[in-house]
Amino acid sequence: MLTFTIRRLLFAIPTLLFISLAIFLLLELAPGDPMANVPLTVPAEVKEQMRQALGLGEPVPVRFWKWLVQFFWVEPLNIFDHMFGTNFAEGKLRIISWQNRAPVFITIAERIPQTLWVVGTSYVVAILIAIPVGIYSAYKQYSVFDQAGTFVTMIGFSVPPFFSGVLVIIIFAVQLKWFPSIYDTRHVVSDWDSFLVQVRQMFLPVMVLALQITSQLSRFMRASMLDNLNQDYVRTARAKGLREKSVVLIHVLRNSMIPVVTVIALGVPAIFGGAIITEQVFKVNGIGQLLITAIQANDLPMVQTLTFIFAVLIVLFNLIADVLYGILDPRIRYD
Amino acid sequence: MPDGDTRNVLEVKNLQTVFGTRSGEVHAVNSVSFEVKPGELLGVVGESGSGKSVTMMSLIGLLPSPPAEVRQGEVLLEGEDLLKVTPARLRDVRGGEVGFIFQDPMTSLNPVFTVGYQIMEPLRRHMGLGKKQARARAVELLELVGIPGAAGRLGDFPHQFSGGMRQRVMIAIALACDPKVLIADEPTTALDVTIQAQILEIVERLRRELGMAIIWITHDLGVIAGIADRVLVMYGGQVVEQAPVHPLFNDPRHPYTRALLKTIPSVSGERAAKLQVIEGQPPILGAAPTACPFRSRCPLAFERCHAENPKREDVGPGHDVACFHPLAQTAAEETA
Repeated sequence: MLTFTIRRLLFAIPTLLFISLAIFLLLELAPGDPMANVPLTVPAEVKEQMRQALGLGEPVPVRFWKWLVQFFWVEPLNIFDHMFGTNFAEGKLRIISWQNRAPVFITIAERIPQTLWVVGTSYVVAILIAIPVGIYSAYKQYSVFDQAGTFVTMIGFSVPPFFSGVLVIIIFAVQLKWFPSIYDTRHVVSDWDSFLVQVRQMFLPVMVLALQITSQLSRFMRASMLDNLNQDYVRTARAKGLREKSVVLIHVLRNSMIPVVTVIALGVPAIFGGAIITEQVFKVNGIGQLLITAIQANDLPMVQTLTFIFAVLIVLFNLIADVLYGILDPRIRYD
Repeated sequence: MPDGDTRNVLEVKNLQTVFGTRSGEVHAVNSVSFEVKPGELLGVVGESGSGKSVTMMSLIGLLPSPPAEVRQGEVLLEGEDLLKVTPARLRDVRGGEVGFIFQDPMTSLNPVFTVGYQIMEPLRRHMGLGKKQARARAVELLELVGIPGAAGRLGDFPHQFSGGMRQRVMIAIALACDPKVLIADEPTTALDVTIQAQILEIVERLRRELGMAIIWITHDLGVIAGIADRVLVMYGGQVVEQAPVHPLFNDPRHPYTRALLKTIPSVSGERAAKLQVIEGQPPILGAAPTACPFRSRCPLAFERCHAENPKREDVGPGHDVACFHPLAQTAAEETA
């Protein structure tokens, strides 16, 4: 397993280099001008000078190379400096956002906590709901519970968050006034009361996102359980005189979790990617919101860095999913 | 037939099992009665769909319900009616007093648990053994079924065993708690012939050593001839003939039994031009049969067969048959 992991990590390097090139070239092809938002009163030659100052005059390969150096060398050095108080990165140019002239990584570091709080919590909540619901729906297939579950998950699947988000705001924030409709980023959790405030403001976005994720995961869990419930080994377990609880929660569940764990692991990068629409609806200034505003402002360094970070996470969690698969299923051996 | 007059360890009376399907009921088992004595090996034969497996699974509540429903009958395990006991008691019986071996050893073991864990499970559940004792007993069981290096193989997963070895593990699981009755549902059908011979040998030996009763379901008449004491022939969800093994093969009385015996291809002698078959399909019964289920395929059927379902009647010592037209004793002498 270790050799496999190391081999896969080495293979990831050319993959990621290729992905970074693809992202870079795609953004190069995309229409748009970083000066588009600059007022029309600014003369054209000044705009041109500003473009030159951003490094846009350089040929494409040079710009790609510079970005690579910044991403793989300068930025890690900065992180190292930040952690150990050294100054190796002193004087080296970091990846700078075109919008606010701040290093891209600092902005990302500011935005990540909100995203992890909201999207991460909804992912955990969704897993905690979806797995028991999926197990029970499969065990009692076509029961009232299962039918109701199917109905709710179909709704969760098909209603987009820009609708369900606004709907829960109208119901719970405007009419009932139970929860705030806007996520206050400046809120600091310092004690129990402020924690409760944080929970209250997270509630609606988490609910909207969790509904979506639960719908997908519980269907998946249910299907996986159904696949296993009719297997011969389940009959064997019953013939041994085991309790139904042991039969279902040990024998069937252990087998059913194999594909579900893989799907959960593959979904983790999406947490970091944020939830673009839901973050917009609830004014959560997380990663998703950062990405969409950067796209609108033609902030190429920001878009490119974010996209590439997502790519790294996806490659990494693919590997983690494969390793988990090997751990959970004794029939899979990579070495 | 050993111990001709001891008490029956298992007695089944008038068992009826019905499946509720979308297109109506299917009567899979109809008034099946039989009994097994301690140490006896009862062979159960019949075509696919004749109700052999369903009958045996009905005994210990292994059929999923719904759709299956054991509608009536008695299943007396040493006098205790298993159809009336609580679910908890039935679980004690399953894997405790009654062991079950299934057809396909490739899928009957859970792929993600070690073989040791799967053998130890019934030991800990029924005999309340601790981890250490269960482990020791598991090694003992694996040695009993002839798995070399048993202690070292407890940590292996089922996919690390061959088909024959897996079936041995299944047998070890079924034998774990010293069952009084072992039900083997086509245990050798999925195995090749040499492995089949080994498994048969193991079962024969264990029966002698442990003295349990065995119900052996198969459609392989050759196997039955080799190991059974008594044979139950099933057709259309009912028992059509029951006899000790020699009379059954030498003197079959039911036209179905006789047809079944004729289908065995002979290795010795002249090669038959064509394999013998029984024309037609076994019936799927939408209601409790009011006529002989074999009538449409029976060369000897007459009016009464269409109007009435024959009851089993004795035709010899321990030999009974459900037919209005039992074949004469001489019929068997005819060579096909």
